[in-house]
Amino acid sequence: MTVASSLQAVTKEYPGGVVALRNLSIEVGEGEHLAVVGPSGSGKTTLLTVMGTLERPTRGGVHVIGYDVGHASDRELAGLRAHALGFVFQGFHLQEAITAVDNVALGLLYTGQPLRQRREAARAALERVGLDHRLTHRPPMLSGGERQRVAIARAIVKQPRLILADEPTGNLDSKASAEVVGLLHGLASDGATLVLITHDGAIARGFDRRIQMRDGEIVSDERQ
Amino acid sequence: MSATTVTPRPRDEIASARLPVSQLIGTALQGPRARRLRAALSALGIAIGIGAMVAVVGVSASAQANLLAEIDALGTNLLTVTPGQTFVGANEVLPDTSVPMIEHMQQVDSDVAVYQVPSANVYRSPLVPQSETGGIGVDATADNLPEVLGTSMASGHFLDAVGDRYPEVVLGAQAAGVLQITDRPGGHVMVYLGNSWFTVVGILKPVLLDSSLDSDAFISLPVAERMFQTQPNPSEIYVRANVNAVNRVSGLLAASTDPQQPDGVQVSRPSDALEARAAAKGQFTTLLLGLGAVALLVGMIGIANIMVISVLERRGEIGLRRALGATKRHIWAQFLAESALLAVLGGLGGLLLGAGATALYAQAKHEPFVIPLYALIAAPAAGLVIGAIAGLYPAMKAARLSPTEALRAT
Repeated sequence: MTVASSLQAVTKEYPGGVVALRNLSIEVGEGEHLAVVGPSGSGKTTLLTVMGTLERPTRGGVHVIGYDVGHASDRELAGLRAHALGFVFQGFHLQEAITAVDNVALGLLYTGQPLRQRREAARAALERVGLDHRLTHRPPMLSGGERQRVAIARAIVKQPRLILADEPTGNLDSKASAEVVGLLHGLASDGATLVLITHDGAIARGFDRRIQMRDGEIVSDERQ
Repeated sequence: MSATTVTPRPRDEIASARLPVSQLIGTALQGPRARRLRAALSALGIAIGIGAMVAVVGVSASAQANLLAEIDALGTNLLTVTPGQTFVGANEVLPDTSVPMIEHMQQVDSDVAVYQVPSANVYRSPLVPQSETGGIGVDATADNLPEVLGTSMASGHFLDAVGDRYPEVVLGAQAAGVLQITDRPGGHVMVYLGNSWFTVVGILKPVLLDSSLDSDAFISLPVAERMFQTQPNPSEIYVRANVNAVNRVSGLLAASTDPQQPDGVQVSRPSDALEARAAAKGQFTTLLLGLGAVALLVGMIGIANIMVISVLERRGEIGLRRALGATKRHIWAQFLAESALLAVLGGLGGLLLGAGATALYAQAKHEPFVIPLYALIAAPAAGLVIGAIAGLYPAMKAARLSPTEALRAT
């Protein structure tokens, strides 16, 4: 199996003595759809940010798509995020002053592509998430589910190899949640790896693999 | 969990993150666009500072251009001949042959002599106390004085053939003001000059090339000789030289005026002094420039302040950008560019403000409107530098922000 992301004995401590991850090891295969569940403060988000190269571990080894995060420079990791990683957040993080297309085009900004090309790709991505009728709308004019779909389009516009979603349904009602999760499964079906944090058991059941976390450790790891 | 080995991949498979300058500028524009009022207000601080400086420079340049234009119109070929000073300090006297000697010189276009009438003063009436002379001196001269000096009449006419025989007087601009004679003299205005009544026949416009004449009253030489026994030794001779031979004429004037004692003759060129004055006018007031600099400093602190607040407010955006692939340097560059952009806009606004102020001033003073060319480049350039300095610290702060902390913040 080719590995999309692997953590070997990773410990992450924050200043003040908070230990978010304790000697945690996990390998996520390429194309795998992994759900991470667990109570708040169990280290789910930290796991995601370490996998997403946004944070380096205090101890232990992290490899993402073959890159040794511990030994890569800020530039290399940024390149990795720009080209191969897609993030989806609970709070959407959309720019309110610009249109849906431009928000999605932002997903390609740091690849250095010219704006016209980015917008073209953004329109295609918005079409894929079913928002081709909302191209020029600004985020305040969109519903919660639509906003999250714009954020998903922004994450997948670069055709990432690894999609990392941190409670993407946390701010949505159950109907919109089901749509968003279905969309993520569908988008990641072409070989991309999907790691999604949720505390909704029903959502987690739709995944090939589920891990449960508590106090910075993995307490269960089940596959379908 | 199987112990799968990590498949190594060549490093160059994934390109590094890039942000070309064109995209950086577009990105830097986004922040101010989303907060227009705030951006405008913080740019205004810079605009006021730069506007003040541009106005100072522009007003000085306009005044200078005006004076130079006036000097040009009057001609720079006027030379003055005056008696020099002896070693003991007493005035030398110009010989009574001076005028014919000068008139015989080649390259002299025209000339006029002025003879001081030391015993005479001018009053509105005999009832005015003797001591209240008003600082008005009396000179005897010839009818071509306005022409040689490049001035004209404010009203009336200058001394003519009639003035050679009868007691007529022409007043300098300032002398007329002191005597409070401002109406057009119609032959009925008289002044009491050296125990006689003189008819005021004209008032001169200010003489730019020799403003000392403004406070004088002029009568004709025959009248002065007859009534005040004025000696035919000129106290000053004005000479118009051929435009192409001013220096040559200037060098020969002293010897021609008084071949026996050329050292006792002083020759000067009034336009030189005026040009020096014009240059001095072009030197803007340091104090005003200093005020502009203070305004600029305050504007810079304003921008720095706004940028610091902006970084705090936009932690979420910074985290997002990092997640989308921005390097620390990209974040740093974005905020620095944003700050510089605000200040450059402020600089351009200041240029318009300063130019507008200069235009108003120039119009009110009937001067030509001049903005030095360097100001067009210096104003936005100063903005760029100020913005870059103001943005340095906030940009560093933004770049150092941990992306996850930033994402959690909102």
